[in-house]
Amino acid sequence: MPELTVRTGAMTVRNGGAFDGAIAVLGGVYSNHVALLAALHDARLRGAERFFCLGDLGGFGPNPGLVYPILEEFGVETIAGNYDRSLAERMADCGCGYTHPADNEFARRSYDYTNRRTTDGERAWLQALPGGLRLTRGGRRWLLCHGSPRRINEFLWESSTSDPFLARVLREAEADQVLCTHTGLHWQRPLPGGARLVNVGAVGRPANDGRPEVWYAYFAAASEEAEFVPVRYDHESLAREMEAEGLPPEFAETIRTGWWTTCLEILPAKERARGIH
Amino acid sequence: MWFQVAGTLCNLTCRHCFISCSPTNHNHELMSRAEVRRYLDEARSLGVNDYYFTGGEPFLNREILEILEDALAAGPATVLTNATLLTPGRAGALAALERASRYSLEVRVSLDGPSAESNDPIRGEGSFDATMGGIAALAAAGLHPIVTVARTWSDAQDQAAREEFHRFLRAHGLSRPRVKVLPLFLVGREVERTHGYPAEAMLTQEHMRGHDPWLLQCSTSRMVTSRGVMVCPILIDAPDARMGRTLRESLRAHPLGHGACHTCWETGATCRN
Repeated sequence: MPELTVRTGAMTVRNGGAFDGAIAVLGGVYSNHVALLAALHDARLRGAERFFCLGDLGGFGPNPGLVYPILEEFGVETIAGNYDRSLAERMADCGCGYTHPADNEFARRSYDYTNRRTTDGERAWLQALPGGLRLTRGGRRWLLCHGSPRRINEFLWESSTSDPFLARVLREAEADQVLCTHTGLHWQRPLPGGARLVNVGAVGRPANDGRPEVWYAYFAAASEEAEFVPVRYDHESLAREMEAEGLPPEFAETIRTGWWTTCLEILPAKERARGIH
Repeated sequence: MWFQVAGTLCNLTCRHCFISCSPTNHNHELMSRAEVRRYLDEARSLGVNDYYFTGGEPFLNREILEILEDALAAGPATVLTNATLLTPGRAGALAALERASRYSLEVRVSLDGPSAESNDPIRGEGSFDATMGGIAALAAAGLHPIVTVARTWSDAQDQAAREEFHRFLRAHGLSRPRVKVLPLFLVGREVERTHGYPAEAMLTQEHMRGHDPWLLQCSTSRMVTSRGVMVCPILIDAPDARMGRTLRESLRAHPLGHGACHTCWETGATCRN
């Protein structure tokens, strides 16, 4: 596979070559090493030949160092999320910019925890991650990114992202298909003219739907449509590990119940209405 | 993209209003559905993402529900209101629009204190009760409004004030309280209530060094009023605010030459949700 690296704007984009086989794409690991391992095993059993991760390895969950060996074992091709950038650059906080004081306090506690437990070697590894990755699939130009093709921290929510906007962003990114994460909620939309946006969701935190499963996107060979796969894993062991590490009980509650308990103010009306908090 | 859909006409006369809206301010007039539609069509062709409708008080515009319906066909929409005119019937109609669209409809309600004693000196006698009536109607219709508060307190009081608003709204039947805090802009009627900008509140190249221009709302949005396309919602009365008749004409840089620009830079404020 060619390893040519080009820069478009501020984002370093790796060229992932042409590949038509089955692939699995994960996002938002948030230190949930138990779910990450379960999802990758699931994807391999389904027949995925390449694995991609769209960033945000840390935050929220326990023992952040445990995700790196798993990514390595499966040869997961990873790009950087905003959390990874913050850790790599030793920033004082995650820069999440929540509006509710309690949310900022949760974000601070989980960032301080993750930051303290990130080694110099891991920081160097994060620093080297590209900001995007291009693939050619079935003659279509795919772009894998974290937030949006233009911003690492832009939220693409289903109910607050319009078709004309997506069509323009994809056109400007010279992509027929964009895969992203950052919001933690999975969705996809074919666009007029044949383009497609897929938000692969998060493998680190449930989707605010009252079930403890987490989600990733599986693309069968030659397929452009994502199959969103729910992953059952031992969430109780993760919740206990979070408690043992002194992480906020609200985080463990989300892992157990599947309902988001914090950082809810960034949700648009429709997504907010689907949860219970 | 923003629409001054009610012009500068409002049933309230808030003492901090940065564009001095009132029942008699005709600086900017109501916009018709046909007028808004022309801009929506242009916005679609340019790939605009979302639409905001403000005034004045948007529910003084008789076509507001039809205008919101048109906008929701193009993308997510937000309406900014004082909620005093939101009857249960209108709240129900908004909820029906929200359900019918695959995009979110946000209802943003302005309120400046969790009691008549704290709110009414700024927003006018009786406005607290009228706004709370509107909020109750929205909640009963199943909507989750965002309550927008102008920040009239100090840094030291900030956390407590935000938490108080959340508690207050929960106690008043909002199961998912949402609060947005905006800084005061020292323009319009606020100049009489407190004071205007000092001469030194002006951005220079030095301020912008290392500053991400993306954080300034004017880098990604424009405001349409009955008088044309303006650079932003705050400055519609500034002599240099008008950038053209069409959106396309407004797709260029604008000098950050106002005290209000300094407020956006300093606070990271955006009129967005």
